[in-house]
Amino acid sequence: MVILNGARAIFAVGVVAMAAAPFLFGANHVVLLTEFMSMLVLAIMWNLLAGYADIVTVGQHAYVGVGAYAFFGFAALAGFNPYLSILLAGLVALAIAVPTMILVFRLRTAYLAIGTWVVAELLMLASGKLNAWGGGSGTSLPISIVLGFGRARGDRLATIYWLAFALAAVAMLATYFLLRSRIGIGLTAMRDNEEGAAAVGVNITYARILCFLGTAPFLGIAGAVITLQKLRISPPASFSITDWTVFIIFNVVIGGIGSFEGPIIGTIVYFLLRQYLADLGAWHLILLGSFSIVIILIEKRGLWGLIRRGLGDDLIPIAHKPSANFEGAAKAGINATASDNRQ
Amino acid sequence: MTGSHKLLAVDDVSVFYEKFRAINHVDIAVEAGDVVSIIGANGAGKSTLLKAIIGQADHVEGRISFAGETIIGRTTEAIVASGIMLVPEGRRLFPSLTVEENLRLGWDVGRKGEIGFADVWRLFPVLEDRRRQKAGSLSGGQQQMVALGRALLANPRLLLCDEISLGLAPLVINELYTLIPQIKARGIGILIVEQDIERSLAVADHFYCLLEGRVSLSGRPGEVNRDLVMKHYFGL
Amino acid sequence: MVAVWANQLLQGVMLGGLYTLFAIGLSLSAGVMRFVNIAHGDFIVLTCYVLLLLGTLLGINPVVATLIVLPIAFLFGFGLQRFLLQRVVGENVLLVILVTFALSIIIENGLLEGFGADPQKISGGWMETATVALGSGINVGLFQIVTFVAAVALVAVLDLLLYRTGIGAKIRAVSDDVAAANLIGLSSVRVYAIAMGITFVTIGIAAGFVSIWTNFDPASGPTRLLVAFEVIVMGGLGSLWGSLVGGIVLGVAQAVGGQFDIAWQIMAGHIVFLIVLALRPQGLFPKY
Repeated sequence: MVILNGARAIFAVGVVAMAAAPFLFGANHVVLLTEFMSMLVLAIMWNLLAGYADIVTVGQHAYVGVGAYAFFGFAALAGFNPYLSILLAGLVALAIAVPTMILVFRLRTAYLAIGTWVVAELLMLASGKLNAWGGGSGTSLPISIVLGFGRARGDRLATIYWLAFALAAVAMLATYFLLRSRIGIGLTAMRDNEEGAAAVGVNITYARILCFLGTAPFLGIAGAVITLQKLRISPPASFSITDWTVFIIFNVVIGGIGSFEGPIIGTIVYFLLRQYLADLGAWHLILLGSFSIVIILIEKRGLWGLIRRGLGDDLIPIAHKPSANFEGAAKAGINATASDNRQ
Repeated sequence: MTGSHKLLAVDDVSVFYEKFRAINHVDIAVEAGDVVSIIGANGAGKSTLLKAIIGQADHVEGRISFAGETIIGRTTEAIVASGIMLVPEGRRLFPSLTVEENLRLGWDVGRKGEIGFADVWRLFPVLEDRRRQKAGSLSGGQQQMVALGRALLANPRLLLCDEISLGLAPLVINELYTLIPQIKARGIGILIVEQDIERSLAVADHFYCLLEGRVSLSGRPGEVNRDLVMKHYFGL
Repeated sequence: MVAVWANQLLQGVMLGGLYTLFAIGLSLSAGVMRFVNIAHGDFIVLTCYVLLLLGTLLGINPVVATLIVLPIAFLFGFGLQRFLLQRVVGENVLLVILVTFALSIIIENGLLEGFGADPQKISGGWMETATVALGSGINVGLFQIVTFVAAVALVAVLDLLLYRTGIGAKIRAVSDDVAAANLIGLSSVRVYAIAMGITFVTIGIAAGFVSIWTNFDPASGPTRLLVAFEVIVMGGLGSLWGSLVGGIVLGVAQAVGGQFDIAWQIMAGHIVFLIVLALRPQGLFPKY
């Protein structure tokens, strides 16, 4: 209990420190932390879908790219206020998510995942056809837009950092409240026992639709924020499957899928590994991938699952699990035939 | 415990699903050529016991021996090849395969022996007419025949029947149960798991009543009072 | 004018044959084991490189090289399933995606390290350049025809294997109900391994043709996977002949898009896939 409260205290201190980061750290660190916040948002979103709503996707880089291109369109081409453009980028991502969802929800499990990948590919190729956006090689963000976030570099970095931080904070709060709501409890129930959840009256379809559509605006805004960091858009970079999907998946799995703390830990681990393994190039990716497989075979709940065994409860309490005895009896009795099919 | 003359000896067996003990220190014996009934309410653990015998339960403690040899830890493939065959609860045929293909699988996985297709067609003439029909399109009773036929084609020395009367009309069940003595006449031991007390006790040489994973009553059907059986079945 | 369009259509159909070769193995493995191997396309590319090595180092001609590779491919697929993928069969889809994704990345980076990023191609010699004139100004490449015929033949052979042989019945049984198979002593582990072995034989055949048809490089895998995926979904999961039809649909769509440029070629394929998904999500010839 002492350790748990101590850990919670550390977490709280960390959040405060992050909020004040531009005052506490130098420019290089602020840049790094901005990137951290963006990756964290992506991780939280993917985790919500795959870890709670049981929708595994490998195509979320679609919305990052859409957000980036939409932001460029509103801010650089249409001349809208940059902050407004960021929000509109999220809306455009949501608009794209609706028909995508209608299409890919016709597929199940792994097919759904690859379906999202197909959509992402299509969007990437289509964006390469947009001449005003630089076509196949993309283009840079106009200096005027960049300066709109602050004339001095320090101010700019701080502003962009706070945008990223705000996005991450909102993402966390939104996820927190969703998971503690009826929908969230229903999702967790569904994840553990789909038939039982349906019997209790949880509208699974509605919950999954809500989650799928709900993540889109966050991903789109993240795309806009990432563009502010990279100062460029291009189809392969803005829609990069490696950066915005593959790494994210590995991070969340390592940190702990299906938990609130997992994406945070996973993203931290990613940045630590990147610092020390920067020289390995391509093997960095292979190492991360292998590590994630090892982790998921040892402890399905990832590093957080390992830590939690010691802590005894969630850092940020969301729900409780039934005892192992209860689960075992349920499997033997109620699910006598259903569990066969799962083998 | 010397069980070399017993066809199947289940000694002090417990079966676990994670921490939950579904079968609790159970002793069961089947002699060669005997029909043994296991009765019990839903959830009493009957199917679990059969799964443990056929090698499909993960965590089993105790001893199970078949014709003197231990079978806990062996693969289902090996157990079936050595002479035990299961007629699973709910038939569990392969719906997109034809009747003939389903039956042939029984032959392929089993101990090759005397029982062949000719015997199966003789026992179930209605199936011969439908040999090329997809098993998924058959009626419940016909599917049960295929499941039985498949098991017989494996030429087992011990047949495990899991709730073969489930979901079938009374006339059909009667027909099926007339087969039990015929199978027994070929020297095959039969372990029947049933919720239907009357029919299964009518064909049994011995019976066991399972209640919440334990054997609460056992004996010969003729020697035990019906009311006593009911009491142990329901746990009163 | 008609001749131009007829040629394009024919090219599309022939391309469909190639795409069917990609897809047929995925159809089998996804239909039987109920998971999609994300590294499927990368294994095709890996085999292309193996064929390249056999050709450049040992001077073996492509046909012989492919024939040599096939039994090795069977053993490799058998082993891969038996010792690695079997551990994730039936588990949640995430684990399967992770493992096959990781495999995909390992293969791509391994090939990159070993061969570099330059596109490669195997020469088909005279067969590659020969064309067949069908009259009215319509011409088709001989190699394209051979590929298409090979695709049809492969589908027919697999159809025979699945529906007329003992092992085929076992494969179909296990794909109907794996738990029931295990209960009656039909080892799903062994059947899955055999099915994957067969899948890898088709991968070997696909590699034999695509290595001559067009360029390949370490990053080509995902494109092949997406093609195979779109073909089997459009054709209908579980249907072999459906894959042939799906392949032709995709090939024709791409041929039409390819009139403009390569990006449009690929986009046309994706768009048609999404249209079919919207109108007939179960595919053209669904088994399930």
